[in-house]
Order: sequence, then C-alpha cells, then structure tokens
Amino acid sequence: MLLEVRDLHVEFRTRDGVAKAVNGVNYSVDEGETLAVLGESGSGKSVTAQAVMGILDIPPGKITGGEILFQGKDLLKFKEEERRKVRGAEMAMIFQDALSSLNPVISVGDQLGEMFVVHRGMKRKEARAKAVELMEHVRIPAAAERVRDYPHQFSGGMRQRIMIAMALALEPALIIADEPTTALDVTVQAQVMDLLAELQRELNMGLILITHDLGVVADVADKIAVMYAGKIVETAPVHDIYKAPAHPYTKGLLESIPRLDQKGEELYAIKGLPPNLMHIPPGCAFNPRCPMAQDVCRTEVPPLFEVDADRGSACFFWRECLDDTSRD
Amino acid sequence: MGRYVIRRLLQMIPVFIGATLLIFVMVNVMGDPIAGLCGERKCDPATAAQLRAEFGLDKPLWQQYLTYLGNIFTGDFGTAFNGQPVTELMATAFPVTIRLTIVAIFFEIIIGITLGVITGLRRGRPVDTGVLLLTLVVISVPTFVTGLLAQLLLGVQWGWIQPSVSSDATFGELIVPGLVLASVSLAYVTRLTRTSIAENKRSDYVRTAVAKGLPRRRVTIRHLLRNSLIPVVTFIGTDIGALMGGAIVTERIFNIHGVGYQLYQGIVRQNTQTVVGFVTILVLIFMVANLLVDLLYAVLDPRIRYA
Amino acid sequence: MPEQPPYEEEEFHHGPEGPPPEDLAIAPTGFGGTMDLGSSEAETLEKTPGGPEGTGPTEKPRSLWSDAWRDLRRNPVFIISGLVILFLVVISIWPSLITDQSPLKCDLSKAQQGSQPGHPFGYDGQGCDVYTRTVYGTRVSISVGVLATIGVALLGSFLGGLAGFYGGVGDSILSRITDIFFAIPVVLGGLVLLSVVTSNTIWPVVGFMVLLGWPQVSRIARGSVITTKENDYVHAARALGASNSRMMLRHITPNAVAPVIVVATIALGTYISLEATLSYLGVGLKPPTVSWGIDISSASAYIRQAPHMLLWPAGALAITVLAFIMLGDAVRDALDPKLR
Repeated sequence: MLLEVRDLHVEFRTRDGVAKAVNGVNYSVDEGETLAVLGESGSGKSVTAQAVMGILDIPPGKITGGEILFQGKDLLKFKEEERRKVRGAEMAMIFQDALSSLNPVISVGDQLGEMFVVHRGMKRKEARAKAVELMEHVRIPAAAERVRDYPHQFSGGMRQRIMIAMALALEPALIIADEPTTALDVTVQAQVMDLLAELQRELNMGLILITHDLGVVADVADKIAVMYAGKIVETAPVHDIYKAPAHPYTKGLLESIPRLDQKGEELYAIKGLPPNLMHIPPGCAFNPRCPMAQDVCRTEVPPLFEVDADRGSACFFWRECLDDTSRD
Repeated sequence: MGRYVIRRLLQMIPVFIGATLLIFVMVNVMGDPIAGLCGERKCDPATAAQLRAEFGLDKPLWQQYLTYLGNIFTGDFGTAFNGQPVTELMATAFPVTIRLTIVAIFFEIIIGITLGVITGLRRGRPVDTGVLLLTLVVISVPTFVTGLLAQLLLGVQWGWIQPSVSSDATFGELIVPGLVLASVSLAYVTRLTRTSIAENKRSDYVRTAVAKGLPRRRVTIRHLLRNSLIPVVTFIGTDIGALMGGAIVTERIFNIHGVGYQLYQGIVRQNTQTVVGFVTILVLIFMVANLLVDLLYAVLDPRIRYA
Repeated sequence: MPEQPPYEEEEFHHGPEGPPPEDLAIAPTGFGGTMDLGSSEAETLEKTPGGPEGTGPTEKPRSLWSDAWRDLRRNPVFIISGLVILFLVVISIWPSLITDQSPLKCDLSKAQQGSQPGHPFGYDGQGCDVYTRTVYGTRVSISVGVLATIGVALLGSFLGGLAGFYGGVGDSILSRITDIFFAIPVVLGGLVLLSVVTSNTIWPVVGFMVLLGWPQVSRIARGSVITTKENDYVHAARALGASNSRMMLRHITPNAVAPVIVVATIALGTYISLEATLSYLGVGLKPPTVSWGIDISSASAYIRQAPHMLLWPAGALAITVLAFIMLGDAVRDALDPKLR
C-alpha cells in the first residue's frame, strides 16, 4: 500500500476551546489508484490531507493520535528535516485557488524551478529549462516565453496547470489534490481534471482527490470516502455508492445534486447546520440532521460496519438505508 | 510607466503650489516679515515703510507670491536675517540633516525590520508581547522627551557621547540623535512588519512553499519576507520627508545646525524668506520621495501596473 | 446551468423562517450572497466559549459593536488603559482631589530642591511644587487632546464622508487639498502658525491641530464610505428607493464610523504629545498655563543639576499618551475582526 492513514486524530486548540477536527480517520490509497474524499467544509477532509502532507499549522493544530504510513514508514515518526525531503519530492499537493497559492511576486519559472534547485541541487539555469519543459508538459502554450511571467498574468485554468506542473515536477508517488477545480469555470474544470487524470495514469501515481463535487468524482475516482465531523461515515467503490448509498448523509448529498430530469421540483437539502467541532453531538454526529435517527443514534457512536468486503458504513441502519434507496 | 511618471509630475505641481502658498500666506499674514529686520526693537514707521517697499511687501500678496516663485526658479531664494543668501544657509544645513536622516533610516531598516520579523514569526509568544509593549512605549514618549533623556543618560550621566553635536556633524556624532529621530518611526516599522509578516505567514502561497518541501529559511526569506516588506518599504520611503521635517526637535536638543535649526532661527526672527525657502525644498523632497516610493512599489510587486 | 435562476429565487422565499439554502451542505460556495446566516453561525463555531449550546439559533444576532464590546471587556489592555484614562479625566476636572496646593504658589528659595515630605516630586526651577504642577498639567493635556480630536473627527469625517459619498469633482478637489496638507510637516506648520500667536489660551493650539489634522480623518472616512457604499445591502436599499440622506444616516454612517473612531482614539494620544512638543519649542501654550510641555521645556535647561524636574512631567505625559494609544489599539483589534 502506498499510503495508509490509521486512526488519525487532529485537534485545534483555540482560546475558546478545543475543536476536534479529525476523529479517527482511516483510509488508504495505492499506486495508480484514485481515492475521492467527500464532505462539506469543516468535515476534516482538508485537515487530514494537511496532516498527511505535514503542513498543518502547529500550533494551534495538534496530531493527537494515529499513524500515517507512507511506503510502509510512519511519517509521524520522521524528523522535520526528513519529512521536508518527502514533501514535494515523494508526495505533492495541488491547492484549490492557484492565484493565491502561487507567490504573486515570483515568476512562475522560478517557482517551478525552485523544486529542482532545492530537491535536486540544480543551477538556476538548468532549473529554468526544466520549468519550461514542465509547462509544455501541462500544455501551456508558448511556454518558453511565458516562463518569466507572473501568476496574475495567466488565466485561471493556466494557473491551475502551473500548480499541477509544480506538483508533478519531481514525479512524486502520491498527489493530494484539494478541490483542484472548484475555483475554475465549468468549461475549464473538465479540461484540468482530464489533464490531472491523464498525468496520473502516465506516472502511475496515487491520487487523493478532495472535493465536494460528486459530479467530478464519478468520472475519475476508484473509491470514495465520505467524511462528516472528522470521521469517515461511508467508504465504498465509486459505482456502489452512486447505485445505493449506505449512509443517510451520503444519501442526502446525492439527492441534493441538481439533475436535469428533475426540472421544476424542489431541490432536496439536508436539514440543519454542520456540527460545531467544539461540541460534537453525542452518539452519531449526524443524528440531529438525520431523517432516520433513532434513540440509539443519540447515545451510541456507530462503528464502521462492514457492508461488503470493500465497503463500510458508520450507520446503525445502513441496511434500511440501502433498501430504501434501491426501492426508489 | 513613462506616462505615469509624467502624470504624477504634473499632479505634483498643484500640490507644490498649494503647499508653498499655504506656508507663504501663513508666514506673511500671521507674522510681520520685517519685524526681525531691525534687531530686537520694533522698527520705526518710516524705516518700516521703506523696508516694505524695498522687499515689495506693499504689493498684494498674490503678486508677492508670484514674484517669489519666479525668483525661486532662477535659484534666488532671498536673503536670510543675517544678510547671507538663503541658498548658502541651505548648502550648509541640508547636508547635515541629510546625514541625520540617513542614520535614522538606517536604524529603521536594521532594527525595525529585524524586530518586526522576529515578533511576526513568534506572534503571541513572550518576545512578541515584550517588543509590542516596548513599541507602544516608544510611540507614546514624545521625541523631545526621548531626546532629552538620551542626552541626560548617555551624554551627561554616563558620558558615552557629547551632549551636543559639533558643527561638523559627522556620522559618528549623529548616531544617537539619529536613533532618537528614528525612534517613533522605528516603532511603527516594527509593528507594520510584524502585522505584515503575521498576515502573510498564513497566506496560501507560504503554505504552498512549505508543501513544496522548501527549507524553513528559504520559505521565510524568499517567500514570506519578500512579500511582507512591500508595505514596509513604502512606509520608510514616505517617512524620509517626515523625518527631515521633524528633525527640528532633535536638532534643537542636540544643537545640530541642520535644516531644523535654520528654520527655527528663521521663525524666531520672523525671516520669511528663510522659512518659505526651506519649507519649499522640504515639500519638494517629500513629493519626490513619494513618487519614487510609488515607482519602487511597481518594481517590488509585479501586479502593480502604472499606465 | 439552467437550474440556477429558480434556485436563487427559492432563496428569497425561504426567508428567515425556513432553513436557508446554505444548509444544503455542499452547495458551491458563493452561491447565496444575499443572506449571511451561515457565516455568523460559523463564527459562533470559532468563538463560543464552553458550555453546551442548545440546538437551533438561540443566540441573538450580534452586531459589530456588541461583538467588539464583548471582546473589549475581556481585554486587559483595554481595562487598564480605560482605568488610567478615567483617572486622568477625573483629576483633570477636580485636581484638588489629590493635591491641596496651588500650582502657581511658588517659593524661589526652594528652587530645584529634590523630594521632601509633603512634596514627593520636589520643586522646579521657580520653586513651585512639581507634584502639584504635574497634577494640574493633566487638565490642559486632556482638554487639548479631547477638543482637537473632536474637531478633527467632526470636520474630517464630514468632508471625507461627503467626498466619498458623492464622488466627482468635489472629491478630486478634496483629495488634492489633503495632499497639500500632508506635504507640510506638522511640527513645522505649528512653528510657523503659532509663533505669532500671543493668546495664552489653549484655543490656538486646538485650532491648529484641527487645521492640520482633519485630512488624516477625512482620508479614512472617505475610504470607508466608498467601501461601505459598494456593499450589497446599500445597493439593495438604493434599489428600494431610499433617499440619499436616509442612506447616509441609516446604512453608511454606522458602518463607516468604526475606522474613524479607531483613528481618532490613537490620534488623541498623538495630539497630547504634539501639544507638549509645541510647548517645548516655545510656540504652544504659554505660562501661566500649567502644561507638561512648558514644564519639561523649562526643566530641560537644568537637566544636569535637577533631572527630577523633567522626569515627573515627562513620565506623566508618557503615561497619558500611552494610555490613549493602547486604548486605540484595543479598540482597533476589537473592531477589526480580520486581525484576530
């Protein structure tokens, strides 16, 4: 297994209390495989990714438990300097907003070349040649001329390509993409996503795709993990989940996607608000918003039930949930 | 860029005229320009009238101003109370004040930015709180008090420096006065750098730099510092004009014969030409410094485009 | 995306009673700009101190001001500086509360003498009691600071507010005028203007500060009015036919006033400092007015022989300015949530 996250716990200590952002997450991704992590903001999907990358702000963040096994070794036991050498070289991250994630006052060529200067000890000139090569690879037109340009001089889609080029520079084994297309125009989204998927196949990388867009997921992901209040509530191969979700939260997510065949009908919305991470409700964290909630949901924390060999659901009533959907 | 500079230079003209006119009017209307010319006593009416005619003071104010402005462009700034041309006074006074300002700016950059970076990176820690409190104290103590205290302690009590600066006013002698002059701005530079660093530290591009696996030093210097210093550089640039104008207090305390000293003499003796002449130059320096800062801004931040 | 328009309309119909569509957990961000219920709840998440919260929106909606006040009450810097300022204001009104002597009753034979019983700060160059003079000096400093600040804040926000609201030629002219004032060094302007004034009241000094100080506030007020003017709710009010004066009073003023208050509080400290500086240079207040600046100025001639004459009024001055600047700092932190 390329990456295995085991029982990860992350907290944020603020002056008003402790926010439990990640509460026992398990997931794994193999070479050439794509794992989609789904969830609304505050579900802990980005925090988990940042913990894996080792870019969590500590303090106020703190990893309070668990293991992050990368190529068999626990990254949490690494010293910061060893960890730094893994970052960018062995695993890389693509961020959501390329405009703010690229340094506004350094040319894109220097920002790309920096990877080679720091990790490979290249001279600036060689690194610049590499940067042009990378930009061509992600199909930026006139790369040789544009290598001296600054991020704000590129269009949104081009900037995201540069982000991707930066992540792929040293051909890492794992890429974490945090909502890589959310900030883009719809028409550009597909292009960028296709490029990412294509490069992933080419380099046989593991990809963790963090998103709230179920539409993107269906095309590229192999398996899905749905997160809620810092926990994984459902994990399954991508097609199973679309066919029949085994958790009411997943079901709610699927039903709230606008569909062409439902024109005119009122859209479904999950009731209530996401939980306050400082006061997560007892029992199942989703119970105050769940249409199927029973007494047991308010007192006991549901474990991740095995639905299938490669499928799990953290709902006491996953059977009912499955049956309910297949009847529709 | 060239067009922008020209537009800015054109914009400077009304500000320049406005500011000099304002000072000209203040000095002429409020004070009696010939009052100082007869020594300590009041001039007798006949002499006064003669002097007025001689200096063109019997003409309307706007005419006087235009004549004055015309003279300035031919390099004639008039005569000081002691009969010296004002330009001669400037030639001796400005180098001194410029040296003093250089020392002050040097301290702002070295001490202010260093403290700002340290506290910005360690926000909320004891160092940060301590320095922050110190900057507040420095801002709160008026410069003349800081100066007098420095003179008392370093000059009189401990004898580290001469309490007053010689007429040469070398860089060495100007270290303590320069620090005093810089003190308040230095505290502002510290606070500004701190805020800027702390803000940018949380920015997305710094997170990207960390995710790229860059060493901490490189992240801080190449990515964080470069962006954070843009507003600081702007502040320091605009401060040049303010420092030269504000040097009046420091120069008085340490008996430095610079711009402030000459201006003070000019005001005390109500010599219009000295005051207006020096202020005119100071206003010019202020405006040119601001223009240069704006141009520098475009160099530091490629997103800024002047057209 | 043909589905969008009906969806957005839906948002209005839901109104405050129904769950706002933001609840739709994974709605793309930036979808609903008209209602901001979601974000206020998100703030609760960050800031609510311990104690179980009931489900549902039990808390009253909080404004910028009540939020700021809540923050200030817990801020030790605010409490300390506030108490110091309260004390200073009280003794500037009733100096006799803490001294029973007169600041003008002097005994030349005691000139420059140090601390002694009943006269803890010693005597100054004229043989006046330094303690009493320091106490009485509070009145002048506070009055000058407060009056100048009020003048600057009123004039500056009036002119800046009008310029920002109406824009156009008036705005450009005002901007140029502020440029002119910014180009004149303050101390220098003070020297020129005040050197010929013979009045020994505080009014010329206050007037001068208002004259040179208003552009600073005007610039801030103009900026914040322009920013506020662009807010959606102001556009909405305009679309609903609100008149200009109503918009200014009800919608723009309350929101544009915060930055002016912050600047004014900090400026108050600097005006007190400026008054002392001008008095030190001999153009500010004049005896027999009792002012820290005058006392420091006259003491500076005897700095070698009797430094105590300088240190006490200078200390009082520094503490006063510090208190106002710290208050301004705390108020700014409270009113600017971005800096939290």
